Amino acid sequence: MTFNAAALLLLIAGLALIGWIAGRQRSNLLAGRAGTKLHSRPQYHGWYVALWLFAPAALFLAVWSSVSPGLITNEVLTDEAAQSLPSFGFERGAILSDARSVALDKQDAVRLPAAAPLVQPYADAAHKYAWIGIAAMLALALAGGLYAFTRIKPDFRARTRVERIVMAVLLLASLVAILTTFGIVLSLLFESIRFFQLVSPLELLFGTNWAPQSGAPQPDTFGGIPLFWGTVLIGAIIAMIVAIPIGMMTAVYLTQYAAPVVRRWVKPILEILAGVPTVVYGYFAALTVAPALRNFAVLIGVPNASTESALAAGIVMGVMIIPFVSSMADDSINAVPQAMRDGSLALGATPNETIRQVLIPAALPGVMGGILLAVSRAIGETMIVVMAAGLSANLTANPFASVTTVTAQIVKLLTGDQEFDSAKTLAAFALGLVLFVVTLLLNIAALRIVKKYREAYE
Amino acid sequence: MTQDDLTIADPKMKAQGVDVFYGDKQAINNVSIDVGTDLVTAFIGPSGCGKSTFLRSLNRMNDTVASAKVTGRIELDGEDIYAPSMDVVQLRARVGMVFQKPNPFPKSIYDNVGYGPRIHGLAPTKADLDVIVERALVRAGLWDEVKDRLLESGTALSGGQQQRLCIARAIAVDPEVILMDEPCSALDPIATAKIEELIHELRGKYAIVIVTHNMQQAARVSQRTAFFHLGTLVEYGKTTDIFTNPKQERTKDYITGRYG
Repeated sequence: MTFNAAALLLLIAGLALIGWIAGRQRSNLLAGRAGTKLHSRPQYHGWYVALWLFAPAALFLAVWSSVSPGLITNEVLTDEAAQSLPSFGFERGAILSDARSVALDKQDAVRLPAAAPLVQPYADAAHKYAWIGIAAMLALALAGGLYAFTRIKPDFRARTRVERIVMAVLLLASLVAILTTFGIVLSLLFESIRFFQLVSPLELLFGTNWAPQSGAPQPDTFGGIPLFWGTVLIGAIIAMIVAIPIGMMTAVYLTQYAAPVVRRWVKPILEILAGVPTVVYGYFAALTVAPALRNFAVLIGVPNASTESALAAGIVMGVMIIPFVSSMADDSINAVPQAMRDGSLALGATPNETIRQVLIPAALPGVMGGILLAVSRAIGETMIVVMAAGLSANLTANPFASVTTVTAQIVKLLTGDQEFDSAKTLAAFALGLVLFVVTLLLNIAALRIVKKYREAYE
Repeated sequence: MTQDDLTIADPKMKAQGVDVFYGDKQAINNVSIDVGTDLVTAFIGPSGCGKSTFLRSLNRMNDTVASAKVTGRIELDGEDIYAPSMDVVQLRARVGMVFQKPNPFPKSIYDNVGYGPRIHGLAPTKADLDVIVERALVRAGLWDEVKDRLLESGTALSGGQQQRLCIARAIAVDPEVILMDEPCSALDPIATAKIEELIHELRGKYAIVIVTHNMQQAARVSQRTAFFHLGTLVEYGKTTDIFTNPKQERTKDYITGRYG
């Protein structure tokens, strides 16, 4: 007899079904009597019983599954056969887990001789705790079910109770994403603090030499400026020079000139482009655009042109961002009231003048918000820069040179065999934190602008 | 008073047998009407009778609706405005329009009024534009209220002021005809009274066509009234005649509040 959580969950689900039927039946019986009127319909009484039966038992099951292995191990350790175990460390753990595997039938025979005498005590303890757990769970399920069952009365408000429980479950579901993000930020923060104990934050933020070495941190090797510059050059300058004009022109065409048929086809296609995995763009950048740009650079006589260039990564990233910019601009231009457009046309303005002088200025705040969101996406983008921009931290304004970005360096720092407590590895977390804070601020600014602008026309 | 004679010797605009379709649906059926140069002409009728549709075909604003189609002949000073040779940009500069809801651009008051003159190149210098803007605002009766805050946003004005700003904006390009599509329907009674007063003052300078729901308003501001019903022009005549002595039964029913 072992403790099989999945089977037990099924068992209490079955019990809950019985509880549901019983609860419904009982309320039906009550409703059958003359002169009684149920507050809630019978199935709500059924659900009420079922939930009381299921939820506490399932909760106990979850807790017990995580606690009982520890209890079992403690029990085994009190056995006299365990007294000869090494006092702590890797070997002790290996022996215990070997014994556990055999005791739970996951393995035919012990691999470590020292584990053999522990197998039987382990099996006994597991058996004992499995029974305790099952008994407690069943008791809890029955107690819950009975409690709920006895509360069924004609005027019992089962519906409101059930709805409240459902609401609580929905609330819990919505909290999962938020709490997880919060946890990620905290872990990022703690690792960053460890890094900043080794290297000054000022060095990371303002230093100009990036050459992290393994082992103890060398002075002046963790300067983040080349990385930040590379990120800005690729994501905020080159990519935006490509994406903003093309995206805006796309939006103007689609909102003002395109026939409905064209719009019906082109807009979804653009939205599909936004879903192309970035690694595909990365291949395109590394295999097609970068060599072509290098040849071009050699042709016009740029010294030390590289196959890995800021320009290649930036252009392809810009192309990737186009659908994003055009869709935001499209929404903003469409949100400008038709009356504004009519007002301008009625004064004898051409469609072109109307777009340039009325629609775009009116849509500008929304467009700006969209551009900020696009920048924040671009500077967080990883695959394209890893594949096309290179990894050498140069502080240069030459777009044909190889530069590196924050995200590319994070990938470089964390891949391969790394000791997890060196400044070199921890630097990845600090860089991640900087990136997180910057994109967070950009997103907040963008959303505020967009929201303010929306209010103006509603 | 010759100008109040029903026959208009030299009409500013002349519509003959005009039909307007939205897709397969006919919104206007065989309407013929003359618009006098020095007169205010009111279009009245119940909702959905086509009076706004007809108004919008007078400066080809229906062109912006893809499914709209206009047949028949509409002339401005004897020139067919739907002829291929007619430049719609020039046409709209000559036939201005004021809309139901005030729709100032999200620009300064000055730039709102200066928008039209700028795009039509009416003001070579800043000083010229200053003169045009001031004259338009004075004519629209808004100058005294806004002369100290010309650089503030036009959208910050009250509803009535916004509508007068839109009228000033239309006047600034010096049109020959001003079309007003229920210009007071979004305004309170005081703002409405100011607009009506303004229409009185503008009469004679521009040919004015006003669509209105409000029959008292039509009686107050116009010299000619056209009654539309179900896409047809039921009766057209001197405003005094229409309101005191309508010839058609349907007009009489509408005037007396039987329907609409």
